[in-house]
Amino acid sequence: MSDAANRPPHFKQPLLTTPFHSRTRACSTVDQFVAWAGYTTVDVYTTVEQEYFAIRNACSVYDLTPMVKYRITGKDAENYLNRLVTRDVRRVKPGRVAYSVWCNDDGHLIDDGTIFRLETGEFLLCTAARQLDWLLDSAIGFDVAVEEVTESIAALSLQGPTSCAVLKALGLRGVERLRPFDIGRFVLGGADMTVSRTGFTGDLGYELWMTPADAVSVWDRLMIAGASSGIRPIGSQALDMARIEAGFIMPNIDFVPAEASVRIGRGRSPFELGLEWLVDLKKGHFNGRRALVAEQKRGAARRLVGLDIDGNKPALKALLYADKSCRREIGAISSALWSPTCKRNIALGLVDAPYFETGRQVWAEIYLCRELEWERRVARGVVVEKPFYAPARRKVTPAWDR
Amino acid sequence: MTAPYHSIVIGGGHNGLTCAAYLARAGKRVLVLEAADRVGGAAVTRSFAPGFKVSACAHLLHQMPQDIITDLGLIRHGLVFAAEAMPTISLAADGPHLRLPARVNGGLSGEDVTAYSTFMARMRRFAAHLRPMLSRTPPRLGTGTAADNGALLRLAWEIRSLGRTGMRDLLRIIGMNMYDLVEECFASPALRAAVAFDAVLGTNFGPRSPGTVLTFLYRLAAESGACGAAMAQPRGGMGTVSDALAAAAQAAGAEIRVAARVARVAVRDDRAVGVLLADGETIAGRHVISNADPRTTFLNLLGAEHLDTGFVRRIDHFRQRGLTAKVHLALSAAPPFRDLALAGLRSRMIIAPSLSYVETAFNATKYGDYSASPAMEIVVPTASDATMAPAAQHVLSAVVQYAPYSHTDGWSAVKQNFLDRIIETIETYAPGLRGLIIAAELLTPADIETEFGISGGHWHHGELAFDQFFMVRPVPGATQYESPLEGFFLCGAGSHPGGGVMGLGGRNAARQVLKKAA
Ligand SMILES: Cc1cc2nc3c(=O)[nH]c(=O)nc-3n(C[C@H](O)[C@H](O)[C@H](O)COP(=O)(O)OP(=O)(O)OC[C@H]3O[C@@H](n4cnc5c(N)ncnc54)[C@H](O)[C@@H]3O)c2cc1C
Repeated sequence: MSDAANRPPHFKQPLLTTPFHSRTRACSTVDQFVAWAGYTTVDVYTTVEQEYFAIRNACSVYDLTPMVKYRITGKDAENYLNRLVTRDVRRVKPGRVAYSVWCNDDGHLIDDGTIFRLETGEFLLCTAARQLDWLLDSAIGFDVAVEEVTESIAALSLQGPTSCAVLKALGLRGVERLRPFDIGRFVLGGADMTVSRTGFTGDLGYELWMTPADAVSVWDRLMIAGASSGIRPIGSQALDMARIEAGFIMPNIDFVPAEASVRIGRGRSPFELGLEWLVDLKKGHFNGRRALVAEQKRGAARRLVGLDIDGNKPALKALLYADKSCRREIGAISSALWSPTCKRNIALGLVDAPYFETGRQVWAEIYLCRELEWERRVARGVVVEKPFYAPARRKVTPAWDR
Repeated sequence: MTAPYHSIVIGGGHNGLTCAAYLARAGKRVLVLEAADRVGGAAVTRSFAPGFKVSACAHLLHQMPQDIITDLGLIRHGLVFAAEAMPTISLAADGPHLRLPARVNGGLSGEDVTAYSTFMARMRRFAAHLRPMLSRTPPRLGTGTAADNGALLRLAWEIRSLGRTGMRDLLRIIGMNMYDLVEECFASPALRAAVAFDAVLGTNFGPRSPGTVLTFLYRLAAESGACGAAMAQPRGGMGTVSDALAAAAQAAGAEIRVAARVARVAVRDDRAVGVLLADGETIAGRHVISNADPRTTFLNLLGAEHLDTGFVRRIDHFRQRGLTAKVHLALSAAPPFRDLALAGLRSRMIIAPSLSYVETAFNATKYGDYSASPAMEIVVPTASDATMAPAAQHVLSAVVQYAPYSHTDGWSAVKQNFLDRIIETIETYAPGLRGLIIAAELLTPADIETEFGISGGHWHHGELAFDQFFMVRPVPGATQYESPLEGFFLCGAGSHPGGGVMGLGGRNAARQVLKKAA
């Protein structure tokens, strides 16, 4: 794109701005930005609470552009992806999206992401982190082209109970008929837009994909269309709260991507991360399969589980013990939150066998800093099923549109 | 379909044949499938001009262990030597040639003659301790199995048993380059170069490249205990060795099919279950053993879809491009090497007058060019074997270093120039040679790839260097002659202990298959 050619050299502009920047900048009242995948993006616009409640009670808009996107095409595109990821991609029909993970040879997670099957032989792979080297090395022996298209697709995530109503007000007729993980194509003011019923909040929601040139006008139209439905731009912090409630894991927080970890033993398998439902050992060979078959035979030594912790103090980074006296360490918490919607003190943590079984009791050692004085609390926790928050409307089609 | 074979060997190179022979002798039902019209792979004899035959790739037998010859009864199956214990003559443009093993000759000083025998004794001692490694399956680290732990202990003991000074000396020199080592030891430029030449023959190294002491010791280790007193020429060329191996395998019950190219390994339920031939025929086998190079084996015959990305990446990065070319000349008379009568031609002649000559020859290839003045290993098979050419006529066979796998200008544009340079270089030592040439053939590494099906055309199917050596050869995940796929094995030069017509890869692999099958 000519854009890239006109840009100052990278050392003069270490972070890029997204096509929505003029708008997101204007909406930011507290000037709290954060670097994400090479872009400057909003961490908080106003207050985290306000933004969080927009996700749960109305409609939130999140600038998703930095999400790394790879376009995968060619004769072997399906076989290529099927060998790359743990799910059976052959069962993903054109016009559908699948959430999946992919592993290295040891069966350890490299990343998770979504696979959009746009056409029979055209896919879009969306991931949190860049990994072109892995994707290209995976292409050896396959007739495919893998191209990073992050910059040429602008994206917004529209999440919350009124998100469908907003899209209808925007003029996307029939959008309510999209089933979860469906992809639809729409024309908005003469411009093409792709809409998928996907998201990272565990609720009704959509992701909008467009060319960067249309970004600003789509934003402006959305704000007008959503005014009466409580639309509000949200930053990464509010989204992080919602994703913990939805039980989604984050690289570098809940696991270290296998190809990026340097210490032996830091890799985590899908089984350990509670993602066995994504692993299809019967579909034929895929990366890490032999290691996963062996692991399945051995049985899991530890597992990432949901925890419900007594009290209301988030158990951030707490160590977990089998006993209240904190003598036998059995794991640690990677994400924690007082959930405003569930009214529960929830957490995701990696727990050793056999303590990871649902219903088991564990003890979290929580340190609280209260005006520079440290307090130590040992709170009881119980292993519970995820997700913590799963409203029925997330799956209902036609979607809620009032 | 008939009952599945116990083992199907893809490729009838000398290692594939050896592997098949040992498996058949163990009572297994074995089938060898060779793509070419004859067995032997890079150990073959073929004609290159009407009436002239040559060992088209490997031309000297110097590493095949006597025990394989005995085990398989190769002499009974037709192996005859036309020449044994061949000396090495380093050609001089003027003045006396250097003859090795050294006597007081060739202008060598008395000190150098002594220094040479001291040096060789020292190196042979190290080589003797490395030797047992060659005929064993290398251990794997971190498995904790008794077999691997035992093998590691044996290895440590082998080195420890050199004694304190010996071990210290070995550990000092093993990572060094030959250039520095021979400079420490001798004064004669020709002697230094002749010794260093053996370290770089068939490699992507010059004498100054690190790790060349390892390649030298390794070659020496393989030569110790070899038949034919190390340097030998089979009657009828290297094809005789392969034919004898094939006969031995067949006598033990193995079936061999030539002109049978394997297209794919058949995989079911994540294990190898046979092969699919290029003509569409499928053949079932419970073990499939590949004699082809690692890249061909994994990326073409098995296919990346059956492998993990990390493993495929390692195979893709396996350094397997050759830097060695081959030249064959059909001559109307004996080549007129200065001061060498026909008896003198029953030797291994080398062109490596000084270390800097060889190093300079190597330099060109860093920039994608061939050596303007190449180093060479020359034999005149017809000096000891009349079956290779019409009466009174001769064949010259030369291994030529260095020639890049792909030339920056494209081989088709420069191949004739390179051949001219090679002939000119030989003519420096054999004035009048050009007038005797009836036909000439040059095989670049790219031609070797095409003719012998060795991807990259490398002598060892892949560089023999520290990072592609022993326990990690060819790459982690494909060591111990095994592969990530159940039932699929390797037996070629890409595995331990590497190339050279030796047969140990084939024999070690057979042992490993039998162990797994048990
Ligand atoms: C220029 C040069 C000179 C050399 N000189 C010497 C020397 O003087 N002395 C020495 O000891 N060594 C020498 N070597 C090394 C030696 O030739 C090799 O290391 C050795 O021959 C390798 O034997 P192998 O059986 O492992 O493999 P190969 O001989 O390469 O055999 C592999 C076989 O597999 C077959 N194959 C491949 N793909 C298929 C398929 N799809 N289906 C069926 N069959 C298939 C091939 O046709 C081939 O026959 C030289 C090498 C080179 C390149």
